[in-house]
Amino acid sequence: MKRREFISKALPAGVVLPSLINGFSVKAFGASSLLSAITSANNETDHVLVIIQLNGGNDGLNMVIPLDQYDNLNIVRPNIILPKNKILKLGDYNTGIHPAMTGLDRLYKEGKMQVVQSVGYPQPNFSHFRATDIWHSASDSNQVLTSGWVGRYLADEYANYPVGYPNTVMPDPLAIQIGSFLSPAFQGPAVNMGMAISDPVNFYNLLNGIQSPAPNNNAGKELTYIRQVSQQTQQYANVIKTAAAKVKSQVTYPSGNSLADQLKIVARLIGGGLKTRIYTVNIGSFDTHASQVNTGATETGTHATLLQKLSDAIKAFMDDLTVMGASKRVVGMTFSEFGRRIKSNAGNGTDHGAAAPLILFGDAIQNGVLGSNPIISATASVNDNLPMQYDFRSVYASLLSQWFCVSATVLQSVMLKDFQSLPLIKAGTNCLSTDLSIANQQSGQTLISNYPNPFTTLTTIKYTSKGGHVLIQIFNTMGKLITTLVDGIKEKGVHTILFENQFYPPGVYYARLQNQELQQVRNMLIVR
Amino acid sequence: MAIDVYAGTFGSKEITHLLKRCLFGVKRAEINSFLGQSVSIVVDTLLQDTSLPNPPVNNYNDTSYTDPGILRGQTWVTAPFGDGTANSRRITSLKSWWILQMLNQSTSLREKMVLFWHNHFATEADVIGDARYLYKHNNLLRTSAFGNFKTLIKQITLDPAMLRYLNGYLNTKTAPDENYGRELQELFTLGKGPNSNYTENDVKAAAKLLTGYRLDATAINSFFDSTKHDTTDKQFSSFYGNKIIKGRTGVDGAKELDDLIDMIFAQQEVSLHLCRNLYRFFVYYEIDATVELQVIVPLAEILRNNNYEIKPVLKALFTSNHFFLPQTRSCHIKAPIDFMVGLCREYELVFPPETDIENYYFMGDYLRSTAATIQQNLADPPNVSGWEAYYQAPQFYEIWINSDTLPKRNAFTDRMINTGYTRNGKKLMIDAVAYTNQFTKPEDPNLLINDALAHLYTIDVSTETKNFLKSILLSNQTQDYYWTDAWNSYKMDPGNTGRLTIVSTRLKQFYKYIMNLEEYQLS
Repeated sequence: MKRREFISKALPAGVVLPSLINGFSVKAFGASSLLSAITSANNETDHVLVIIQLNGGNDGLNMVIPLDQYDNLNIVRPNIILPKNKILKLGDYNTGIHPAMTGLDRLYKEGKMQVVQSVGYPQPNFSHFRATDIWHSASDSNQVLTSGWVGRYLADEYANYPVGYPNTVMPDPLAIQIGSFLSPAFQGPAVNMGMAISDPVNFYNLLNGIQSPAPNNNAGKELTYIRQVSQQTQQYANVIKTAAAKVKSQVTYPSGNSLADQLKIVARLIGGGLKTRIYTVNIGSFDTHASQVNTGATETGTHATLLQKLSDAIKAFMDDLTVMGASKRVVGMTFSEFGRRIKSNAGNGTDHGAAAPLILFGDAIQNGVLGSNPIISATASVNDNLPMQYDFRSVYASLLSQWFCVSATVLQSVMLKDFQSLPLIKAGTNCLSTDLSIANQQSGQTLISNYPNPFTTLTTIKYTSKGGHVLIQIFNTMGKLITTLVDGIKEKGVHTILFENQFYPPGVYYARLQNQELQQVRNMLIVR
Repeated sequence: MAIDVYAGTFGSKEITHLLKRCLFGVKRAEINSFLGQSVSIVVDTLLQDTSLPNPPVNNYNDTSYTDPGILRGQTWVTAPFGDGTANSRRITSLKSWWILQMLNQSTSLREKMVLFWHNHFATEADVIGDARYLYKHNNLLRTSAFGNFKTLIKQITLDPAMLRYLNGYLNTKTAPDENYGRELQELFTLGKGPNSNYTENDVKAAAKLLTGYRLDATAINSFFDSTKHDTTDKQFSSFYGNKIIKGRTGVDGAKELDDLIDMIFAQQEVSLHLCRNLYRFFVYYEIDATVELQVIVPLAEILRNNNYEIKPVLKALFTSNHFFLPQTRSCHIKAPIDFMVGLCREYELVFPPETDIENYYFMGDYLRSTAATIQQNLADPPNVSGWEAYYQAPQFYEIWINSDTLPKRNAFTDRMINTGYTRNGKKLMIDAVAYTNQFTKPEDPNLLINDALAHLYTIDVSTETKNFLKSILLSNQTQDYYWTDAWNSYKMDPGNTGRLTIVSTRLKQFYKYIMNLEEYQLS
């Protein structure tokens, strides 16, 4: 039974619960079973997720470099490509990271970092505006949702929020944004589930004044909203101050690095014992249309500085958590609203693109590179984009299920449909596990192929299923979903399906196979 | 009809509502000057053209730095670039100057329209990086605040700051840059409404068409370089009726821009998008089907019928029945700059005179930097989409208020009423006694409360709230005459510090409480 139903069924009509409606006196109930039944979370966990948003669209190809594609990259982005010998290679993978990211390189060597290749979604949007909304709301490209994915998750975990909160079971903010602007990802179906903090030590004591009745119109709606913020701020101010005060010392964070400043606050609140599950922080200026590198020293410049800040901040944060003994219960992820174009422009920059890698970190993260290097064509045109390998919502869904132990049914209602489960969290620390090495098809095992290729009118796609659900999608180089060939259960073995050219323009197309946690992308060429 | 001219009561309450939306806060003299006039005449006054302000000057020479090119007190807007220090000081100078224009505004809608256009054509000083470009851009917004939208779009396209901000100056036939071609359609003209169905290929075609514009960084001008222009034909999608804009060679290449603007403006979405943005900025953020049909659609029609002149639309909006409905009053959460400049204007804070360059700009800088800490950094919005409060569903204006910014807003009003802001020996502070002195009968606590709330709020409060406010004036006594006696005794001998202190301490608490209540965040 849902807790909401419990309230309506367990109480006779007409009984008012003033103590629950007025958050101040809720402690009167103590930890009674009634209270915890109504206001405790679905899944008790001390796990924390830290989300780092890279605003502006991060150039994934300049952050995670497919080393086996270096020669072609050199052809399509000659003015910005990094010197090959400076790229930091990740173990046995034929993949490297930007030379400025020494901190992340260290985390990789310590076994705490994962790169997920080519994360995106079908029909990518190239507007900052819309693409950011898509990532925050976890919607389809053409679907407008006004709630955020974190907000939907928290709304399910902590029913009825903010009525009855804070309480003895959840005395702390549900989600915290460091800064003065609340992430739209925290927007729940009804209210925003998060709180913005820029200084955990100094809180202003807001007025607890006489409230005139709010009129039943737009003005009343806004007045009620402001009062709600005011009340929550007062309620949470003390728990935050107390948590911050518990942490007496922290490691040294890099200076002149706003992201490091933000993560330092996050570490302090985690170390101080807040039960808050989700934190978001931001670093901006990734919209590098021009001058993303310095001419003649491409390992320096705007993008290098940004990546160094990102890497240094994460490294200091992880070190700090390790000293505090909290590193095992914290994982982090980066994301940006989109990657950038394969081909660079004349201004030493790159235009808005599509899929891009994202980075996960934490003691509990499976170390390695998930997915294969994107294939770079030497003849990539200015309009070409990287095809997605993983839907970003698969990353969200996997973190929710593996890190917060969200059940399949709830996951469906939060993510609004089924997404592939990816091997992100190490076995033993998690709720569900698969192994990264199984998911990876780096070794060249071909799961999907087509013949003839190139083709003009018809080609046969051959694919291997290990059993279970199989999805085969065809994308063009703009990332547009052309058609879905297979979407259903396919028994273990080799299968074929025909793909007919229905007046598609000649060019490169991608056939993407997804079979449970496995996925692979095949390049196909349509010719006249 | 919703946009017919409002024919109901047009008293001080309605005038206050109108002026708080059209100005940054409102002085009582401004309200009083309009009493007895019709809504149409008041709005005409707000829409009158006013003279342009003097440009910002070198206010920044000090013991540690002297601008080599420009003397103190002279304008830097036409000076050579100088060096990085000069430039960063000029950017601060510009921002301070701009906020001071709002502060010193006449009873005109113009300054609020400049901020509207700044949000509509959002650019970031941080990215443009040259104060002279910023001034030129700002001056364009001010000059064209009530002008013609179609003309403005062309001016913005060729504006040096915009060419720099969205990389238009790097857009060439060999390396097209889509940045401006995209935002021109997505943000500036068509928007993202349900019927705005331009395609990715339209973005690319527009980018191709816009190749060849370059910058003269000495003259701060843009020019057309036909050798960088893509002379091929530009094919647009079925949304534009599969239009092909013929490629042109030589200097004629620049004429393609007119073809592009004509093609875009042939779409009704342009007028609908602008009217929705005006509505969100000046009225309320929620545009439901009724508002769309009864307000946006007719306003858009006015815009088109007047060949995209802005004034007729503003006139219709601000004189409309809809604008004066209960549902559209008091539902604005004041934007940070409106909140701060509004406070300064409504309490008529005394600033150093413009001739005292150093301190005049210092105070502007204080307002600018404080507004930035509560999420509105003038001339540096978060990105090309402007401030989230005007587009981010479902919260919109509510985004201004959170557990970080609400306490900071309160801290600002507390400071203004309690201690003031002091820099270089000059103080910016509310004079609670002088402000109170202007009411009709300040000795009557009931009238004082009503008058103050009618000016500082636009929303009614309960008797309990008023009783509490009175208890502050009466120091918890129950008889009104305690306040009356205190005020009258001060008035009999205004130079008597003891008597002054008795009224001023109570008034400070009184106004502090009024500004701490959530009602003060609304207009």
